[in-house]
Amino acid sequence: MARLFLFLYANRAFFTFLLLEVFCAWMIVENNRYQGAKFFNSSNRFIAETNNVSQGVREYFQLHEINKALAEENAMLRNQLQKISPSLQPVDSIVTNDSTEVNRFVYISAKVMNNSVGRFTNFITLNKGIDEGVEPDMAVISSSGVVGKVKTVSNHYCVVTSLLNVDVMTSAVLKRTGHYGTIQWDGLNPYTANLKYIPRHVKPVVGDTVVTSGYNAVFPQGIMIGVISEVKLRDEELFNDLKVKLAQDFRKLSYVTIVKSTLRHEQDSIEQSVNQIIRK
Amino acid sequence: MSRVNILQIVSFFIYLFYQVLVLQNVVLFHTAFCFLYVAYLLLLPVETNPLILMGMGFVMGFTVDLFYESIGLHAFACVFVMYIRNYWLGSITPQGGYDNNALPSMQLAGIQWFSVYAMPLIFIHHVVLFFVEAGGFSMFWFTLLKAVASTFFTTLALLIAQFLFPNRRR
Repeated sequence: MARLFLFLYANRAFFTFLLLEVFCAWMIVENNRYQGAKFFNSSNRFIAETNNVSQGVREYFQLHEINKALAEENAMLRNQLQKISPSLQPVDSIVTNDSTEVNRFVYISAKVMNNSVGRFTNFITLNKGIDEGVEPDMAVISSSGVVGKVKTVSNHYCVVTSLLNVDVMTSAVLKRTGHYGTIQWDGLNPYTANLKYIPRHVKPVVGDTVVTSGYNAVFPQGIMIGVISEVKLRDEELFNDLKVKLAQDFRKLSYVTIVKSTLRHEQDSIEQSVNQIIRK
Repeated sequence: MSRVNILQIVSFFIYLFYQVLVLQNVVLFHTAFCFLYVAYLLLLPVETNPLILMGMGFVMGFTVDLFYESIGLHAFACVFVMYIRNYWLGSITPQGGYDNNALPSMQLAGIQWFSVYAMPLIFIHHVVLFFVEAGGFSMFWFTLLKAVASTFFTTLALLIAQFLFPNRRR
């Protein structure tokens, strides 16, 4: 026993090294798991505030573009409003008054506190948290398209897994043909992502719109993801090789909208019960 | 608690906040990153106990991780570099050996020696960092390009910092 302790003591540097590295590796694995590490992330108040200092400076240089985007969104919303208001229903027709259908999605506006695009797993910190009703797994969109999904929440902040994250897969649909696929980022270029699992017989063309499918109940149906920028079909492949130019420029993210789906739990639970029956 | 220790603690926070407030936003062509905070670890005195070195590496890496949303990643790379640092210092001892309390900076033995000392360590740090981040070798060449480009960027920033703020302490 004494020999063992002597041996450990003589090689203490190496064993400390081993211990620390194993501990770090454990933390990396733990953090990569979905919704790991509740406390040590930028939804921590101090870290979020510090990150906000540099975001504040960055935002100052983007004011011009932020204003432009907001003005465009305003104009678009006003157009939609005009289209709706003259076509009000006749008095005697049956109007859908189902409150669950009307309030299917609740929108919460939020400001970006911290953002990155250069890594393989990118995260975004927003300034809304539990107090504003944000929960994990809510969708995050912007005026131009899909942004990501809420990962962890603290009282006043939340961390969002960006669409620019090699681990994230989002269900998508080719708007023109109606075929379903999966959007996944390849980690190389923050402007494009891959659209997978579109079968061979479908012939997508450059410029086709890709939107969310609404299959997983996180994203509302029909939110813009991007347009197809490159089509390749290799002889031996089962699926098309598609690149999608993302509608949202992730380097210029400043204001986003968190989408709360009020019926999500219901859809999840009914799907789960079906899965359980199948397994039996 | 000597004057030197207090200076070390102050410079710890300077390197840390410079990294997370400024350099976090500096990325060239989506490939070259600048992790100047490693310089703090490289410039710890030559005779520091390896246990303390690894402890400092862990603390520094972990704090940077908090801001980078990547718990354990930088800490892993830093501890690794801190473990091999003293072996590397021992194998490139300049003529006449190291003085007491010497800092392995550019003033010690010139820019050539310092580059030979710092660049491989920075490169190892970046290789470990980027490959662990990528989670394997599936994008080997792109990840390697990232590591090489970032090594040059960080080394350049480190040399400029050495010219701007020379360490006069002995």
